[in-house]
Amino acid sequence: MLRLAPALIIALLVLPVGAGLVMVLLPAFGYLPALGGHHASLAPWQTLFAQPGLGRSVAVSFASGLVSTAMALMMVVLFLAASRGTWLDRGIRRLVSPLLAVPHAAVAFGFAFLIAPSGLVARLLSPSLTGWERPPDALIVNDPWGLSLIAGLVLKEMPFLLLMSLAALPQLQVDNRLMLARSLGYSPTIAWLKTVLPSLYPLIRLPVYAVIAYATSVVDMALILGPTLPPTLSVSILNWFNDPDITRRFMASAAAVLQLGVTLAALLCWWLLEQLTRLLMQNWLTNGGRQRGETALRVVGRSALLLSSMTALAALVGLGLFSLAGFWRFPELLPQMLTLDHWQRSAPMLAKPLLNTALIGLISTALATALVLATLENEHRQHLQPKRALWLLYLPLIVPQIAFLFGLIVAAESLGIRPQLGLVIAGHLLFVLPYVYLSLAEAYRRLDPRWLQVARSLGVSRNAAFWRVRLPLLLAPLLTAFAVGLAISIGQYLPTQLLGAGRVTTVTTEAVALASGNNRRLIGVWALVQAGLPLVGFMLALALPRLLGAKRRELAT
Amino acid sequence: MPNNRNGLVATISMTMLALALPAAADPDPSDWPAVLDEAEGQTVYWNAWGGDTRTNRYIDWVAEQMQAQHDVDVEHVKLDDTGSAVARVLAEKQAGNHDDGSIDLIWINGENFAAMRENDLLFGPFASALPNFALTNADENPEVVTDFTLPTDGYESPWGKAQITFYYDSAQTETPPQDMQALLEWAKNNPGQFSYPRIPDFTGSTFLKQALIELTDQDEALYQPVKDTDFEAVTEPLWAYLDALHTHLWRSGRAFPDSGPHLRALMSDGELSLAFSFYPTDAAVAVREYELPASVRSYVLEGGTLGNVHFVAIPYNSPHKAGAMVLANFLLSPQAQAEKQSLAMWGDRSVLDIEQLDADAQALFEQGERHPSELPADALSNTLPEPHPSWMTALQDAWLERYGVN
Repeated sequence: MLRLAPALIIALLVLPVGAGLVMVLLPAFGYLPALGGHHASLAPWQTLFAQPGLGRSVAVSFASGLVSTAMALMMVVLFLAASRGTWLDRGIRRLVSPLLAVPHAAVAFGFAFLIAPSGLVARLLSPSLTGWERPPDALIVNDPWGLSLIAGLVLKEMPFLLLMSLAALPQLQVDNRLMLARSLGYSPTIAWLKTVLPSLYPLIRLPVYAVIAYATSVVDMALILGPTLPPTLSVSILNWFNDPDITRRFMASAAAVLQLGVTLAALLCWWLLEQLTRLLMQNWLTNGGRQRGETALRVVGRSALLLSSMTALAALVGLGLFSLAGFWRFPELLPQMLTLDHWQRSAPMLAKPLLNTALIGLISTALATALVLATLENEHRQHLQPKRALWLLYLPLIVPQIAFLFGLIVAAESLGIRPQLGLVIAGHLLFVLPYVYLSLAEAYRRLDPRWLQVARSLGVSRNAAFWRVRLPLLLAPLLTAFAVGLAISIGQYLPTQLLGAGRVTTVTTEAVALASGNNRRLIGVWALVQAGLPLVGFMLALALPRLLGAKRRELAT
Repeated sequence: MPNNRNGLVATISMTMLALALPAAADPDPSDWPAVLDEAEGQTVYWNAWGGDTRTNRYIDWVAEQMQAQHDVDVEHVKLDDTGSAVARVLAEKQAGNHDDGSIDLIWINGENFAAMRENDLLFGPFASALPNFALTNADENPEVVTDFTLPTDGYESPWGKAQITFYYDSAQTETPPQDMQALLEWAKNNPGQFSYPRIPDFTGSTFLKQALIELTDQDEALYQPVKDTDFEAVTEPLWAYLDALHTHLWRSGRAFPDSGPHLRALMSDGELSLAFSFYPTDAAVAVREYELPASVRSYVLEGGTLGNVHFVAIPYNSPHKAGAMVLANFLLSPQAQAEKQSLAMWGDRSVLDIEQLDADAQALFEQGERHPSELPADALSNTLPEPHPSWMTALQDAWLERYGVN
């Protein structure tokens, strides 16, 4: 059984992505019998390239993905280098999981409330400092350069990359490296950058690639913060797939294929940048410089990440204020009155989506965790090196959702699989599984094998050793991985909406549907609920090991 | 190769069909008692735009009533874009799912209806067989059987009435513009305080049509398919007007709001002082719900504004057509139409010919005192008819061509 796990995982992930891609490739080249397309043709591509603003859409998608990832990565690296062992380090470490848990859409809404001309920041400064009695007519959110989109993406990518780095660091014996460097006279930040970073980067490279792929094709954040004339490529694709003129499906499919190309091009570009950076850094790493730049790097490293975390928190506070606001006009900093109306009116509608969200999240994460554990345990028992084929795990993270989901529906319908809860759960599994694997694999492989050897030498069977020794020892990373999985599941919009035909409502699908009504107060309510759910998951993940641990200690005495 | 794939799909579908119970034949709308019988116990998935809490709470109320009166379970599938439901039915057709679709009823009109009709994605005719349909008095009110100049032929059933209604903040502006030229002057004097939703939004596209009707002197061309007319010549005055208007709009026309509700949110923030909506009671309901200041007033342009009827339609592959028809019929009942029109619920106007109803039914529509932000009762007498649906698409494409990249 266990031996089948890796193959099962790969089939579960690769088949749907492949089937979805095929069903998008066919119409992209003119084959869609339901609309009278019976022959291969390049017409969809010609129509696509004639769309006004296509070049700009592609450029914004490409650039916002690369720039936001580069910024987030630099912030995380400098922070780790500059704040090691400080109070800031401990504070941010505590904050990072909850921040990761807040879904993208919720952060985007909150961030838009902050920076809009009538937003909280402008209200804070007006009219006392700015003299504005009415909101200034400035294009900040939805700016044509995608700057607010990039900023929003950084807010969400930062906690993910930080968490991945924190998970990888323990295997690098950071203290030894730093001690050696410090004894040679390197100042702390420089020492970290020169001795730890070169070994850390290869370990977080896959997560970085996943971030790039996500950021070049993101839909929900781009809808809220991204440019509009023209929008990013991903948003255009969504519009074209939903266009009342259904012959646009051909062009939409071609655009979905183009999106895959844009994402791959961004990854290739990043790889080239990696090579370039390595060349440029080589001299700096070995030039023996011990102090230069220490102060500047330290200040930037500590402040940038702090600023970004505080912004994300302020965004959530803004959501909370709006969810309680009565009438609230610019430039008042606080609402004229606070009311529970919006919560009360939403409450009766919350029950079913909450139940579905919990059900889908728990089942898909439980399945994902079980499959990942089986794969890792198999690897351990067979004394295998991590399989090369396992990089296929990351396929659903690298291939943009918008490129294969529309095709996946057609594939499922063709097989007679009707939209239902089960299909949605299977769809979520596609995205939850890679993240659970990403969060758990290193901790699993790092666990000191002597624990298990001791257990075995005491006559415990392999299975019993797994359940009674390995799992309890891995409880903390296991629960973190579970919480990450839950958060990923809760945040999914497109897979839920498309695979469930809208019948399976979750907190996220309801929030997005309501968002099209632009009622900020309701958006505040739903975004907070959306953000609150995974937070509960993370708090449980933090609290449970302590509770269970305490119990075990009691038993021991 | 494509044929092989087809063969495979066909084989699989045949197997699935053989395994499933034989599909029931479509219900016959003219045998209403049989429809009621068949509907009992069905679950109707009603796909309707879910962006407005008012619509949502009305649909919730409808669901309760349907459960109590007809034992039909109504599930509101909230869409952020009606086009996605059209795309869904199409995907099902593409995959050969002809009798077990996921959508039973769609809230629809205009270009989406035209597209579904053209591709044979709808069930019908059924509308005129609904017992309550007679209450609309369709002979006298042709708008309930006409959708953007196209005859509905019974493939959709009327549900409500919308008409472009402007609203302004009387604390910021005393004399709002009464026609398109005055609007341009007003925008020059109040830069950044007006805008319209970004094309291809439905409300934004309607603004284009409203402006075009007023600005062009070739009105009759708008009621024919675009391909039979000289599009350039007819629309030339519209583009000249927009070129002049855009620099005075919100964000200098470099960005546009997403939708009608977004206009309302910008009014709420004080970014705009003049806006419009497709729902005549929109501003009044928003004032009741703290979204807009009490100083907001509604009005209709002097030359009249565009109005249309919105409908519900049944996809050709709905497995619960009987339930969907019973629902469409309930939506036309005086009880449901009056509830929909009340400001406390939604404020969407009735499609029934109220004067023809009996006294008891008429009494349901009594609204009590007019809300100060609401339109005067007679303001909606001047309704301009919608152009042919092909104008919507042609105007959207031309707009995106001109203003889609800034």
